[in-house]
Amino acid sequence: MAKQLMSGNEAFARGAYEYGVRVAAAYPGTPSTEILENIAKYKDTIYSQWSPNEKVSLEVGIGASFGGSRALVAMKHVGLNVAADPLMTVTYSGVRAGLVIISADDPGMHSSQNEQDNRFFAKFAKIPLLEPSNSQEAKDMVGTALEISEQFDTPVLVRSTTRISHSLSLVELNEPIKAPIKPYEKDEKKYVMVPAYARQRRVIIEDRLRKLEEYSETTPLNRVEMNDTSIGVITSGVSYQYAKEALPNASILKLGFSYPLPKKKIEEFAKQVDVLYVIEELDPFMEEQIRAMGIAVKGKDVLPNIGELSVQIIRQKILGESIANLEAAATVAEKLSEQPTPGRPPVLCPGCPHRGVFFTLKKMKLVVSGDIGCYTLGSLPPLSAMDTTICMGYSIGGAHGMELANPDLKGKTVAVIGDSTFLHTGVNGLMDIVYNGGQTTTLILDNRITAMTGQQENPASGKTLMGDAATEVDIALLCKSLGVKRVFKAKPFELQELQNLIKEELAVNEPSVIIVEHPCIFVDDNKYEPVKINENCTTCTSCMRIGCPAIVKKGNKIEINQNLCYGCDLCIQLCHFDAIVKCSDKGGC
Amino acid sequence: MRQTLNILLVGVGGQGTILASKFMSQVAIDAAYDVKMSEIKGMSQRGGSVVTQLRIGDDIASPTIDKGEADYIVAFEQMEGYRWAEFLKPDGKIMISEQQIEPMPVIMGVADYPSEIIEKIDTLGLDVASVDALKIATECGTPKAANIVLMGYLAKQLPIAKEIWVGALEKIIPERFLELNKQAFEKGYQL
Repeated sequence: MAKQLMSGNEAFARGAYEYGVRVAAAYPGTPSTEILENIAKYKDTIYSQWSPNEKVSLEVGIGASFGGSRALVAMKHVGLNVAADPLMTVTYSGVRAGLVIISADDPGMHSSQNEQDNRFFAKFAKIPLLEPSNSQEAKDMVGTALEISEQFDTPVLVRSTTRISHSLSLVELNEPIKAPIKPYEKDEKKYVMVPAYARQRRVIIEDRLRKLEEYSETTPLNRVEMNDTSIGVITSGVSYQYAKEALPNASILKLGFSYPLPKKKIEEFAKQVDVLYVIEELDPFMEEQIRAMGIAVKGKDVLPNIGELSVQIIRQKILGESIANLEAAATVAEKLSEQPTPGRPPVLCPGCPHRGVFFTLKKMKLVVSGDIGCYTLGSLPPLSAMDTTICMGYSIGGAHGMELANPDLKGKTVAVIGDSTFLHTGVNGLMDIVYNGGQTTTLILDNRITAMTGQQENPASGKTLMGDAATEVDIALLCKSLGVKRVFKAKPFELQELQNLIKEELAVNEPSVIIVEHPCIFVDDNKYEPVKINENCTTCTSCMRIGCPAIVKKGNKIEINQNLCYGCDLCIQLCHFDAIVKCSDKGGC
Repeated sequence: MRQTLNILLVGVGGQGTILASKFMSQVAIDAAYDVKMSEIKGMSQRGGSVVTQLRIGDDIASPTIDKGEADYIVAFEQMEGYRWAEFLKPDGKIMISEQQIEPMPVIMGVADYPSEIIEKIDTLGLDVASVDALKIATECGTPKAANIVLMGYLAKQLPIAKEIWVGALEKIIPERFLELNKQAFEKGYQL
């Protein structure tokens, strides 16, 4: 069959197709987003969907499995925190058709708020853990995970990381197998987890773990590559690739199935080598368990537990090598640092509807309880108008808590959240405020899409992952139904009106919601006219306070890059000298 | 065994860095090499840093390139080339497009855009070439083809036949833009 260059995420999707998955669900999140985006391409055989959050997507996956179809659920590492509730009990009920959960960690936090090591979830939930080390394995392991799931009656966790999900390597394509739908069978003792039944399942779980340990000893996913025995390495995931390249002569025990660990295999391997290292990214997950077996290993005493590993780190820390190229690089870096390189921080796009909101909040000197999405960028200069960001859906509950804690913050605090994030878990916080008599003013920045991960649809956007039309959630009606009496709509580019409305609502002693509506520039079909600077400009730089990438100061002059300008007209509103005008005004651009 | 080639492509979102990497990967596949490519996109949809790492050889393990290990760096923007120069092997080559895109701290006036970037890298004894890719691409019909001009320039340095490059271009670029991109590639190749 043909070989194709695929990212790990494309390969996971291909695996779902080849190994008979019929239902797949996720909430988008880097680095996992493309798994479902690619599964959607196989819509002739796989039903796929974006769910409002990861808990729901796992519930859909569990239901599909109980209903008899192979199912796959994908999420980023922090998403599994949201889905942890159903996870911890589906481990009790087990599955019917295979159920695979892909969790994508982000070592180095390229685009995440934390760096948690989700392998612990496998141990926590007492379910098997698979760790692919390239795209081919990503594809193959979807199949193996489904088989393990069905054979041992358990959900299976597959841990990806940014370098697995987002690096491309060659994958051999195969024809899809046939996985028939299993006929439905009622079995309340297995699928109804009331205490009497759950207690019986609890015993089964421990028995299952023992069987999985035996499987771990014999599966080809765990293989020894015997070489020189002076250094032995136990490793998994992308760390295997780093180890193989850094220590080409070492003997390696590669664990593709890394929970539960193959105790005998590890003991046997340990006996054959002089020094044993555990090379794993982030936490000492395998290392601690191997130590607990009474086996002496080196690991986090020499290797970092923060950030990504690399070939160089392993060579330096394990071989104690001084690396000539690295030293040369350090010299270059030192000389170049004489002239510092400014960072290139992410910015709100030109024309982004969030910009006017944050400009207004800053101007009003408000405390802003923020959330996760493009609008988190409102925390960066020059807008610098966000005080907190914790997790998806935090902002509304967080603002309520702040106001409860400190009377000074009442009437000066707002919660800011996006449409997708509001539907993800923000809605719960709003319900809480209404129920408990809070007064928080919540701004829902509705740009009609899940923007930051690359414009995915959501329950309010009117379209599904597979491209079908969908009923849009009416966010205003939803808020009213929760009991919010004061629900208003505003436009982000009409600064004065927006400010007046926020001011009014902050003064009111009851909860308010202001839905600030304007589509993300990537989904907005309207054409807007760009602007230009005329001779009235005094270079006062007032227009630059909004941090628009299209407005640049060149020497003594302000210039507008018309290729970037979207025509939102915020800068026109900020100019006191009528120096910014539409391009059609006198002579064009 | 043939030598492993480490190539770093750095630029700013919207410059076609990822497309160029896909092109280069296709070339590697068509030349019967093993290839791994790793990409990190900035968090914003537009204007963030984009870095892709390409490793080409007989049997590639790690998908990433460490500091001081890149045989070639192709920078689609001057300052990004400067920022990543420490990844260059002492005997490697860095090719920098003369295009400058100011990041927000410079736009806001709280930082300066580094000056005389090419000269500074040159005085460190590194092999640096500056390419006015934007101008060449504009002459071919669109500034968007600057990435392909640079790939043409890179192609000339690598031990892979030109026909393979052109063949890969045909697979990657949509028909209606193909002629223009072929021209941009050729102009880069002739530099």
